Amino acid sequence: MLATAVIMFREVLEASLIIAIVLSASRGIENRGRWVASGAALGLLGAAIVAMLANVASSEFSGNGQALLNAAILLGAVIMLTWHNVWMSAHGKQLSTEVKAVGADVESGQRPMAALLIITLVAVMREGSEAVLFLWAIATGGEQGSRMLMGGAGGVVAGILVGMLLYLGLLRIPTRHFFSVTSWLILFLAAGLAAQAAGFLNQVGLLPALGNGIWNTSGILSQNSLLGQFLHILIGYIARPSGIQILFYVGTLMSIFLLMRTYGSNRRDTRR
Amino acid sequence: MRLLLSLLAGTVLLNNPVLAAGEPATTLIIDHQKFTPTQLNIPVASRTKIIIRNQDAVPIEFESYDLSREIVVPGHGEASIYIGPLEPGSYQFFNDFDHDMQGTVIVKPTKGN
Repeated sequence: MLATAVIMFREVLEASLIIAIVLSASRGIENRGRWVASGAALGLLGAAIVAMLANVASSEFSGNGQALLNAAILLGAVIMLTWHNVWMSAHGKQLSTEVKAVGADVESGQRPMAALLIITLVAVMREGSEAVLFLWAIATGGEQGSRMLMGGAGGVVAGILVGMLLYLGLLRIPTRHFFSVTSWLILFLAAGLAAQAAGFLNQVGLLPALGNGIWNTSGILSQNSLLGQFLHILIGYIARPSGIQILFYVGTLMSIFLLMRTYGSNRRDTRR
Repeated sequence: MRLLLSLLAGTVLLNNPVLAAGEPATTLIIDHQKFTPTQLNIPVASRTKIIIRNQDAVPIEFESYDLSREIVVPGHGEASIYIGPLEPGSYQFFNDFDHDMQGTVIVKPTKGN
């Protein structure tokens, strides 16, 4: 029962932390809750469909299709996070003044609402489909099925709680620093997701590894440990990364950073 | 991002699995909630295809932090992944749906190295 709780906790954790970050990063944007909630609902629906497809033995999907879908989903999330961050770096200043003066209207424009929806959808769908399959596996496992399902439910609740704690913690950051902190969080989150996508593309043989295990820090911090797991989700920590993963990580980090610098208004604002 | 995409397109052409014939392949079987064999020996310095065949009714998720691999294999289903080329050493893998199911990929150095 505890093992089930731990597995479900880990499946839920990634989605929970990602939602906590985008929800806090989009603080001050009107109706963001509705968009994030719609994303989560669509994500659950998608998770059920993916789980069904993945479980059909004869389908194309059971092989490379699954890894390709994962890679596409992750890269989609990276693009959406990039959009969100670039938009925030252009409007963050205005939003932080608005957060201080409650009730003020944010200037309308092309707000990254679709990005919020898609990021949530993707986060829920990816881990959700695995959670659905896992629960199905233990439910059909026979003995102690109901006790294990209870353990699983406990894991889900715990995973959501940790996300809520992160959200509340982020909200305590002083408004002055708030948007730069969340921008950095999203920057590293996106880089980590890009590295995961590279792993999937290498798994199906579409990308070369460019060297496996360029370094190995699993002796210092195992990816299996709770801290290793957290850092894997938040900043993309990989104990034994391949060359292509490092390339995607650094490439994404630099691309988003440069885009934020190019389109952002932060530098001009501070000089004023 | 554009750089990454063009890089991706380039490596897809260079690294097309259809073109790369004659790679070593090995089969990993899941039977009665166990990996068989639990120790997979892989040659050094070549990319290897692992065919994962699940003979149980319950889906598993083959996962390895050491190899950065994860794939769901449905009940009575099959999936294949590529690993390597790898440095000599041992690489753990497990079933993410049942962590008691574990195995190791062993890469032995070739003679003369």
